[in-house]
Amino acid sequence: MQIVIDHTTTYRYGDAPLRVHQALRLWPVPGGGQVIYEWRVDVDGRKIRPTSRDGFGNPVATHVAEGPSAALRLHVHAEVETLDRHGVVGHTEDSLPPAFFVHPTLLTSADAAILEMAHGTARDSESDVARLHRLSAAVRERIDYQPLTTDVATPAAEALAAGAGVCQDHAHVLLAAARALGHPARYVSGYLCASAEQIAASHAWVEIYVEGLGWVGFDPANQICPDERYVRVATGRDYRDAAPVRGVRVGGGIESLEVLVRVGDQ
Amino acid sequence: MTQASAPVFDEMHSDGATRAPYALIDAWLQALPPEHVALKRREAEEWFRRIGITFAVYSEGGDPERLIPFDLIPRVLAQSEWQRLQRGLEQRVRALNAFIHDVYHDREILRAGRVPQQLVLGNPQFRPEMAGFELPRRVYTHIAGIDLVRTGPDQYYVLEDNCRTPSGVSYMLENREVMLRLFPELFRRASVAPVAHYPDELLETLRSVAPVHCRGEPTVVLLSPGIHNSAYYEHAFLADEMGIELVEGADLIVRDDICYMRTTGGLERVDVVYRRIDDDYIDPLAFRENSLLGVPGLYFAYRAGNVNLANAIGAGIADDKAVYIHVPEMVRFYLGEEPLLANVPTFDCRKPDDLKYVLEHLHELVVKEVHGSGGYGMLVGPHASSAERAAFAAQLRARPHEYIAQPTLALSTVPTFVENGIAPRHVDLRPFVLTGECTRIVPGGLTRVALREGSLVVNSSQGGGTKDTWVLENDKGLD
Repeated sequence: MQIVIDHTTTYRYGDAPLRVHQALRLWPVPGGGQVIYEWRVDVDGRKIRPTSRDGFGNPVATHVAEGPSAALRLHVHAEVETLDRHGVVGHTEDSLPPAFFVHPTLLTSADAAILEMAHGTARDSESDVARLHRLSAAVRERIDYQPLTTDVATPAAEALAAGAGVCQDHAHVLLAAARALGHPARYVSGYLCASAEQIAASHAWVEIYVEGLGWVGFDPANQICPDERYVRVATGRDYRDAAPVRGVRVGGGIESLEVLVRVGDQ
Repeated sequence: MTQASAPVFDEMHSDGATRAPYALIDAWLQALPPEHVALKRREAEEWFRRIGITFAVYSEGGDPERLIPFDLIPRVLAQSEWQRLQRGLEQRVRALNAFIHDVYHDREILRAGRVPQQLVLGNPQFRPEMAGFELPRRVYTHIAGIDLVRTGPDQYYVLEDNCRTPSGVSYMLENREVMLRLFPELFRRASVAPVAHYPDELLETLRSVAPVHCRGEPTVVLLSPGIHNSAYYEHAFLADEMGIELVEGADLIVRDDICYMRTTGGLERVDVVYRRIDDDYIDPLAFRENSLLGVPGLYFAYRAGNVNLANAIGAGIADDKAVYIHVPEMVRFYLGEEPLLANVPTFDCRKPDDLKYVLEHLHELVVKEVHGSGGYGMLVGPHASSAERAAFAAQLRARPHEYIAQPTLALSTVPTFVENGIAPRHVDLRPFVLTGECTRIVPGGLTRVALREGSLVVNSSQGGGTKDTWVLENDKGLD
């Protein structure tokens, strides 16, 4: 499937910021069933290229915006061809071994409720994949899709207790539960082309390491394994590692964020 | 293993005789009139106050900027004794650097089952940010402080390895300077290996690990968290001695993955940052986002190969107290050699058998937090009250994986001035091992002394003092 992504993020600042530093993880690693025809990232019209990779293998770049501009516009334009691999990403060449991804993080530590959910859906007779599908479905059942109830710093346990959240909350809870069952699991940020002409947000889902298959994608928000409509961009232990944009700024008052993503089928 | 009740080895007097390296000091002490001692002690304190050498101790009350007590009687090592230690230190630090490189690359030692995988991959000091990253000369701990204790003429043990930002070297340098000023005649009679060139050796080490494509003389800076840090004095002192800029986070800026320093003449490119800021605070774009101490983007400039950091991010994986247990195995695994320096036998409380033993023998063990440092969060069993031991036992049962335990070693003593004359006090030794294009160790190191009678805790934060450490240039005339 040919996918065109046009992703614009505009950061507005109440007062003119003195200086904004951002780290961008907006470039996919080639391979894994994705052919990249074009991938271009601009900040205020200036093209940015990744200059190194982080420990997870994600291409990264940083930029500094200085001076009295009261807004900052980030634009991603990409043309990608994808295949449906039924979620199976397989054995990727990573610097970090799957065993590293079994350890919880601050955002994905399992509390009693997550442990109960994880063990409640575990059935001995099932295959790992079947069990993980049930777990993914349980996460979706327990957390309603409700934007603006959580933010990127909301821990999994809190999102589950609130029973509401967005895709990164679904991902964090599934990560916490899968790791509690001993499965290495990682966070994926990327894009989802939900249907032609549709305007969607960038998306987040999970990959879980299953013996024999390698990494297998699970999208708890949509209760499926990622297919040809998904474009993988960055991975990490949780949102903090794989965030498309991390920023620090000096001055600038209150920051507001506007995102417009157009992921289209072509 | 030597227990606390075992005879204590005194480095000056043993078996009723004065040991050869101390012959001169012994004669000097006997000839020194007591009123002269009091005068010299006051003079020494005056010198330290003038130099401004202070050490902030994090505790409630008291004078936070108090002086670390300095004892006038030097600790002396024969050249032959030092040679042996030096070989052992070089070997150990080579293995530590090989280990850190390995855990962030192929993890061969984990695959071989020689170090438990869980201990490394689940360790908060393991930094995934460093995975698959090639560093200049593959050095991670450029400045290592290896704490040694001695229990007999030939028995040394490594108590712990400090691979992150070991401090204390300014005391080593100042102690010598003050001794030279107070007792020049002593140094005319003894040939003591100099230590004053340490800052030159450190600067050479830092320059030798500049990024590969760096042209010309590399620019090195010392990055400090600022005046509120307990070791700020040392940061300022070392920067001054090396003739490099002492900077704080706000003095550096990263643009296009290149690190610059703001100067009155504009931006100047920086090649090597000797950073005395912890990993967590070094770059808010990569680590703690609320850190105001660090430099946004520094990690990314580092990964892009445009700047080097000393010590490396993630070097702390080698000085975790549970990882410590495996250092002798690292020496065998990476170097194919037998370790020249021994570890203190250590109980790993995550192992049920070890935990059981530790709980039953708390009265004779030292128990330490795996992630603690500076003598905080530890229990010295023989000196603790039964209430203290009971409280600690409860913590141990609740979180056994956070503790290790070691026998209480009978640390060697060196004569020390106390209120009523001279008495033996326990000491340790922290030599500083520099690794760049080669290994450099200034002879000796920092001797810390537990000033309270019988105390085994030498940390300055726990009432310890320091001594000048002498390595004799040659052993001629010694036995």
